[in-house]
Amino acid sequence: MNNESDNTTTHQTLQVPTMSEMAAKGEQPEILFWVGCAGSFDERAQRITRAICKILQHVGIKYAVLGTEESCTGDPAKRAGNEFLFQMQALTNIEILNAYDIKKIVTGCPHCFNIIKNEYPDLGGSYDVIHHSQLIQQLIDEGKLVSADGEGFKGKKITFHDPCYLGRGNKIYEAPRKALEALDADLIEMKRCKANGLCCGAGGAQLFKEPEPGTKDINVERIEEVISHQASVVASACPFCMIMLRDGVKHFNKETEIEVLDIAEITLKANNL
Amino acid sequence: MIQQILFLLFLIVAVILFTKNVRKITRNIRIGRPEDRSDNPSKRWLVMTKVAFGQTKMAARPIPAVLHFFVYAGFIIINIEVLEIVIDGLLGTHRIFSQPLGGFYIFLIASFEWLAASVLIACIVFLIRRNILKVKRFFGTEMTEWPRSDANYILYFEIILMSAFLLMNAADYKMLRLFSDSSLSLSAFPVSQLLGSVLPSDQASLHIIERSFWWLHIVGIFIFLNYLPYSKHFHIIMAFPNTYYSNLRPKAWLNNMPSVTNEVKAMIDPSYTPETAHTGSFGARDVKDLSWKSLMDAYTCTECGRCTSECPANITGKLLSPRKIMMDTRDRLTEVGLNIDKHGNDYTDGKSLLDDYISREEIWACTTCQACIKACPVNIDPLAIILDLRRYAIMEESKASPSINNMLSNIENNAAPWKYSPADRFNWAKNI
Repeated sequence: MNNESDNTTTHQTLQVPTMSEMAAKGEQPEILFWVGCAGSFDERAQRITRAICKILQHVGIKYAVLGTEESCTGDPAKRAGNEFLFQMQALTNIEILNAYDIKKIVTGCPHCFNIIKNEYPDLGGSYDVIHHSQLIQQLIDEGKLVSADGEGFKGKKITFHDPCYLGRGNKIYEAPRKALEALDADLIEMKRCKANGLCCGAGGAQLFKEPEPGTKDINVERIEEVISHQASVVASACPFCMIMLRDGVKHFNKETEIEVLDIAEITLKANNL
Repeated sequence: MIQQILFLLFLIVAVILFTKNVRKITRNIRIGRPEDRSDNPSKRWLVMTKVAFGQTKMAARPIPAVLHFFVYAGFIIINIEVLEIVIDGLLGTHRIFSQPLGGFYIFLIASFEWLAASVLIACIVFLIRRNILKVKRFFGTEMTEWPRSDANYILYFEIILMSAFLLMNAADYKMLRLFSDSSLSLSAFPVSQLLGSVLPSDQASLHIIERSFWWLHIVGIFIFLNYLPYSKHFHIIMAFPNTYYSNLRPKAWLNNMPSVTNEVKAMIDPSYTPETAHTGSFGARDVKDLSWKSLMDAYTCTECGRCTSECPANITGKLLSPRKIMMDTRDRLTEVGLNIDKHGNDYTDGKSLLDDYISREEIWACTTCQACIKACPVNIDPLAIILDLRRYAIMEESKASPSINNMLSNIENNAAPWKYSPADRFNWAKNI
């Protein structure tokens, strides 16, 4: 916690307030931004994290992050079968969240979203949890985000890859599409979309291990589908999907033709932020 | 009179045998661990009505959905006819409902005939799909000799039953037309009258034919009823309770193990004493360690393969097949049940679901994407079994690949699945 005050003063454009600072001032955020491990450490996902912060700051929502007080939700441990480790993580996190009297949480990751929303309540952690796509949808609906479309998605074929833990797992299909519909782009659906969306291959702790022997990797199968629909942008809303989809694009040497972006980044660009 | 006694005997034997087998299956399901699925009955009735009765999840594949609907509607509605046959059989009457129901009876029999014809056609198309077109979904490593034969036997059975029903009616129709002044209108037999020409025209032969197919039809049903508990076709019964006890939470929800909560709370706070002490293993090695709902799922599976055809691991050539998970669970449970019958409750045969039936390679190929759960027309959850097996491998055996172990020790030591220092967790805010 010692270095947090330094962190927040080393930049001019963006102030990322931490919960401990806020609590010290006796203040309470409207919403806590749960960054997640990928959003904190993975370089590509860090850009999504910053995009979400910029959006929050732009619309003037009073938010905070836990900073170094955040730790893994326990999702990969639970899905790998280590219920002990998961519950240790969960109870530690719940203790911190409850100590700060957190009511509302936005996550940058569908796995964090699912586990805090669906699995923490039984362990004593009940919060109003939304995923960042739902926040963006809400802000678009309220007119707080508009599509200035500065970076020009105009005429581009964009497709959305449904993250399993957001889509099929929690039936959130429209929120992320809202951010894309706001663009002047050609939104196309892949054959396997929404409830039938094909997994990127990362869930259930797969991201952290080599796949079992097979005929191909799951992300390759998915990018083949993207290619067959001639999409030039694949949007997603999950840092794990981001890693897998980018690897899939690399597999086909299509980095210059297919861009993989999070809906937060797309929203940011569209709003000229 | 002899016919009536014989019929009563058949009926009693069929019902007793069936009850005995259903009891065994119920007992086998109860071998599983307790899990509370009694909440929210109104929502459960609704799910059952929609998914089992209304077959809403079948609609995802329209061709089999339509064909299956014919067979399903035929099964449900023709049961009214079976009721009449049973009463006739016991009382020695002939078409006992025809008098009291009058014109409605004619409508009923006519619609049964159309249904029977649809069932017949659907079953023939199903046979073609399985044996000539060889639809990919019906094959795969787990679709060995028995499951493939089982599927065909069911279809043959239904074809025989429907043919017997129509031929019985055809003989009746011809007798009515040629020799009777019965009030039963000939329009009750829109399909079977087309078969009249293949039958002889003398009354004695027609009577024998009518009786023979009547007996074939009802005895066939008794046999089929008792084939169900051994067959994947048991889904016609299990679909109802299984959808009633569906998971009502979001698909991505995974249960928190209360036994673990107790242990973890005791670790954090040594003064904490759990209400109930933990017994048995963490996770599942064998069927007895699975939730009873997973065992019910196994008896409900009709091996249609929708789960496997949508499983990303299976699509990309991995060993994992959700259908195999369900079939293995049922096979093992049947084996455990037979062991109990033969040797009593405490017998162990040294085998287990994990390793003897389902391999480590299979359980570790799962991405927990829930596509299998979504695909299943009767809300079976193969993921619950996979997760319980993983839990055993991790919590009881500490047996996993080095990369999984790395990930777990990272979370344990530095609160992230990767090897980064917790102190660096907020560094992303530095480079804005």
